[in-house]
Formats: sequence, C-alpha cells, structure tokens
Amino acid sequence: MLRRILLGAAASFALAVGFGVAAAEAQIQIAVVGPMTGQYAAFGTQMREGAEQAVADINKAGGVLGQQLVLNIGDDACDPRQAVSVANDMASKGVKFVAGHYCSGSSIPASKVYTDEGLLQISPASTNPKYTDEGAWNTFRVCGRDDQQGAIAGKYLADHFKNEKVAILNDNSAYGKGLADQTKKAFEAAGGKVAMEAAYTPGERDYSALVSRLKQAGVAVIYVGGYHTESGLIIRQAKEQGMKATLVGGDALVTNEFWQIAGDAGNGTMMTFPADPRHRPSAAAVVKEFKDKNIDPEGYVLYTYAAVQIFAEAAQKAGSADPKKVAEVMKSSGPWPTVLGPIGFDKKGDITASDYVFYVWKNGSYAEM
Amino acid sequence: MPVLTRLLGLLLVLVVLGWLVFVFVTGTPYALQQLVNGVTLGMIYGLIAVGYTMVYGIIGMINFAHGDIFMVGAFLSLIALIALSSLGVTSVPLALALTLLFAAAIAALYGWTVERVAYRPLRGSFRLAPLISAIGMSITLQNFVQVSQGARVKPMEPLLPGGISLLNDPDFAVQLSWMQIAIVVTTLAVLGVFTWIVTRTPLGRSMRACEQDLKMAGLLGIDTDRTISLTFVLGALLAAVAGLMILLYYGVIDFYIGFVAGVKAFTAAVLGGIGSLPGAVLGGLLIGLIETFWSAYFSVQYKDVAAFSILVIALIFLPTGILGRADVEKV
Repeated sequence: MLRRILLGAAASFALAVGFGVAAAEAQIQIAVVGPMTGQYAAFGTQMREGAEQAVADINKAGGVLGQQLVLNIGDDACDPRQAVSVANDMASKGVKFVAGHYCSGSSIPASKVYTDEGLLQISPASTNPKYTDEGAWNTFRVCGRDDQQGAIAGKYLADHFKNEKVAILNDNSAYGKGLADQTKKAFEAAGGKVAMEAAYTPGERDYSALVSRLKQAGVAVIYVGGYHTESGLIIRQAKEQGMKATLVGGDALVTNEFWQIAGDAGNGTMMTFPADPRHRPSAAAVVKEFKDKNIDPEGYVLYTYAAVQIFAEAAQKAGSADPKKVAEVMKSSGPWPTVLGPIGFDKKGDITASDYVFYVWKNGSYAEM
Repeated sequence: MPVLTRLLGLLLVLVVLGWLVFVFVTGTPYALQQLVNGVTLGMIYGLIAVGYTMVYGIIGMINFAHGDIFMVGAFLSLIALIALSSLGVTSVPLALALTLLFAAAIAALYGWTVERVAYRPLRGSFRLAPLISAIGMSITLQNFVQVSQGARVKPMEPLLPGGISLLNDPDFAVQLSWMQIAIVVTTLAVLGVFTWIVTRTPLGRSMRACEQDLKMAGLLGIDTDRTISLTFVLGALLAAVAGLMILLYYGVIDFYIGFVAGVKAFTAAVLGGIGSLPGAVLGGLLIGLIETFWSAYFSVQYKDVAAFSILVIALIFLPTGILGRADVEKV
C-alpha cells in the first residue's frame, strides 16, 4: 500500500516537473523597471499598471510567437546604483526585454548593462538625449527627447514672456539639468534673456531661501527642470511669500500628485507633454479596459503599454525573441501600431515624430492649452 | 587652545559678523526675509536635534532612529487630522490639541518599544552594537511606513494660512507667516519645558545620575532601566511635536523625511555640543541660518557643502561643540 502511494506521488511529481519544464519553454521573460518605491513611486505605479495590462492583453490574444509573456517587476527607486543592480538581476533572470527605466539618471547607467548582456530596452519616459545618443544597438524610447521638449518650451517662453524676468532652475538630475539646459538654449536662441539660474537639492522640504532670492530678482516666470515634488513645493512657498510668478515645467509635472502638493498655488502652472494619449482613437479600447478596472491611464501608463506592444509586434515580425534581431527589425520596419498611434524609430532609437504641446493646471486638473 | 588658533577663530567670526551687518545695511528687506526663512528652518532642525541630544546626554548613544520616530509622528498627525475632520471637528485649536495628544501618545509608545526591542538587549554589549542596531531600527521604521502607508507623498491643505507683512517696502514685502511664528514659539517652549524636566524634577535628577555613571546610579538605587525608557519616551514626544509642525508648515510628508531631517538635526546637535539642550537649538539655528544665507548670497547648489564645512571648521576650534562639555566621552 505504502509503496503504491509512493509510486503515485513520484509519478505525479514527475508529471508536475514535466509540466513545469514545458511551461518554462513556452514563455518569454520581459520586465518593467521603474521607481516602484521612493519619492517617484507614483510614476513606477503608472509604468507597472501599463505593462501589466499590455502583457495580459497580449497573452489573451495568444502571446508572442505562440509563447506567453511573463512580466518581471524591478524597482530602481530612481537611484542610478540600484538601477544597475536591478539591470544585472534582470539579465540573470533571462529577461529579453525591459520596459524602463523612468528617470534618465537610471536609464542611462542601466542601458550599459543591457547592452553588454544583450537585453532590449525601451524607455517609456526617459527624455534625456544622452540615453539614445550613445548609439547602443538596444536603446529605444517611445517618449520625446528633452531637446524637442526644451525647444518648444524655450520658444514659448521667448514668445510670451519676452519682457518678463525668467528664471531657469534645475535639480541637478540627468533629466532636470538636461531639460533646463535645452530650454535655456532655445530660449536664448529666440532672443530671450535668463534673469537667474540656479540648481537646487531635490528631496528637501524647505526652498524658502531660493524663493526669496527669486522674489528679490523680480522673477515673473520660473522654469523648473525637475520633478513634481520639488516644483510643487517651490511654487507653493513662492505664493506663500507673496510672489505672483508662473511656474513652467516639463513632462514630470503631469501627475495628480503635483496638484496635491502645490494646492491652489499650482493654478496656471504650465508644462510640456505630448498631446494627451488618452484621447487618441488608437487608445480608446485600452483606455476603456483601464477605466473598467478603476485605473486612470494618466501620465506614463499608455507609454509603457505601447513599449510592451512594440516589443511583441517586432518579435512577431522578426520571428524570434532574440533581442538583437528584434532591435534590428524595430529600426528597419515600422511604423508599429500602438495605443499611442503608429510609432516608427530612427537609427538612434528615438521616435520619428514628436508632438509636445503645452498643458496647464487649473483647479486640480490639467488640460491642453 | 593655542593663542594663535583662538585668534584665528575670533577673526573668522568677526569677518562673518561684519559681512552680515553689511548685507543688512545694503538690502534690509531681502536680508530680513532670509533671516525669517533661516530662523524658521533652524528652529525645525533644533526641535529635532533636542531629541538626539537628550538621548545622547543620558546614555551616550546616538539614536539614529530618532529621525524616523519624527517621521512616524508626522504620519500619526496626518492620520489624526484626517480622522478628526471626517468626525466633524471643525475647531482648529481643538483639532490640533487632540492631534498632538494622539500623535504624542502613539509616538511615545514607538519610542519605548524601540528602546525595549533594539537597545536594551544590547546594553552590556560593546559600544558599536547599539549604534548598528539603531541604524537597523531606522531602516525598519522607514520600510514599515513605506509598506503600510505607501510610498507616495502625503499632502495636506494648509490649516493656518496667512501671516503678516513686515516692512512694507514697495519692491519687496517681507512675509512672516503664522506657522513660522508658531514654529519658533513651539521650539522655545519645548526647550524650556525639557530643560526644566532635566534640571528640576526627580526624573531629571535620575537622568543626570545615569549620565554621569550608569553603574553607580544603579547601585545607589536608581531604576536605570526605567530612567532610560522614560528618556526615550520623552525623545519620542519631542519627535511627535516636530512631526506635527513639519506637516503643518510644509504640508507634504513621505516616509523618507526622517532621514534628511535626521542628518541635519544630528549635525545641529553636534555643532551645538551634543548632550546640551540649549546647544541643540543653537546648533539648529546656526545650521539653518548658514544654509539660508549661503543660498541667499552665494550658490543655492552648494548650501549643504557650506553648512558642513562650517561644522568642520567649528569643530576644529571647539571640539566639543559650542555649548558642549569636555567630560562627555562615550561615543
């Protein structure tokens, strides 16, 4: 009797192992890596929601090359060191494709690891030009570049605030400094004059000394190359000190957290962001899926969704999930149909068309200007 | 101290004071506004620093988890304020009083537990053991709040908006908000109350006895475990007050605020002379003013470099801090 039970157990064990192996063969490991914790966790959540939905939809439609996608989630906390260790971790797990990272300061060092280890990387959010300018075979992005974003912001500032005093601040991060530099370049090229320039330390609460300095300089427009937490605190403290300045920023201000921090002081804040992807016809079906789950696909949700979609499409077309082959196909073919509309890539891995427009915050929500 | 070093130190102080007089004379409203900013920031550092210095003064251990108890205090205050507003408490003073009571009580429990779990078992151990345990406790508290409350920043509407305009210069109106006044008053009041506790009460006497010689105090019938526990509870009460102030003043908290504030406050405690209560507030004030005036007249970017450089220079001339005593040597 005992022997029969043992035999039965052994048989079922063997069966289970067999299934395990079979299942492992019919899977493609992919990953989404972003700031799942830390002060930019709001964006990590957006990325995770987008990637999870994309993987679910692709798998429901039969997967890629008949195989199911398996999503790994990595947390870099927007810390360049942690980004490198997460990148190594993903490489050791046999991940083929990474949708990430969020912060340019993380994407750039992690991309070196991915290049060496042979992983494909599509960032939904890193806008620093350096990320793709290094010319690696595996770096792509589905968002614009800071020189495109900065060019539009700089021109806008020069057109609308030529006679006002404009200050340009940055937070010394790869993203913030890159954006501020590009905006300054475009602003000066269009005949503007920067009244004050400064870099602040991110992660603090007290920017009152900086704000007083802006007030002393008579600044009417504050351009911030930086993230929403500090931007929100700066404009709030500026209004508390009786300033009437307008805040202008980049794509990082497109999150409801900005309003929660700034409160009414955020009224009139402007920022550049691609025309809202939620309103594009290509996104209608997916947006409905998100809304059914009670998720507002704001910010980078749909960008991450599109990154996963492109990988799936390109792998299908290449007939292989080998990252090198997929990368070649991504550049040589296209444009790829995505929730964001058709996306094509140039030689560097940047999108061929960008469409930054200005948004403005008003009473707790933002809308295109 | 050699005469030459002393003269050099004096000269440095005179140069700085001379420069300050100069900026106040040449641009009064701006300098005054920066003074307001700097004093407020300094008082916040001081308020947290008092907690560090008190624990150090008694058991000669740096309680790295203090910054995180402060963070917990800020979260508890936020939870209490939200709960009270949903219960329909509309009176601001009543809400603040209840919030402070709630946050202080729970934070005190945290302080007591931290001491019981992380420090007391290591009391007879070598000196670095509780220090490492403190760092571990700090990480534990941070991650606990991150997991239980989420990583996102928690905002709050201003409860005490507005303020007064000083010096109505047409070019530059100096703003002094009610919250800034409240912070300065609270810090000074807290300093007064805790100085009184340490110098005038039976508990304070036991604390000072433990500070001088823990073993001897125990032999003379002082319940040293109880005294140390109560010291941690008092430190946590301070942290809760500071947490509430930060929440009200800046209106944005997250699980990470304890770290940055803790580092600055610890620096303030060292600069003021660790172990000395007025020294902690004085140190906080100095750090806040240095940071603010450096940002105001030099580079915003290098204010931390300035603050820490001055700490180093100050410790060269005054190795035990400004108000520190030379006999405390227990790190």
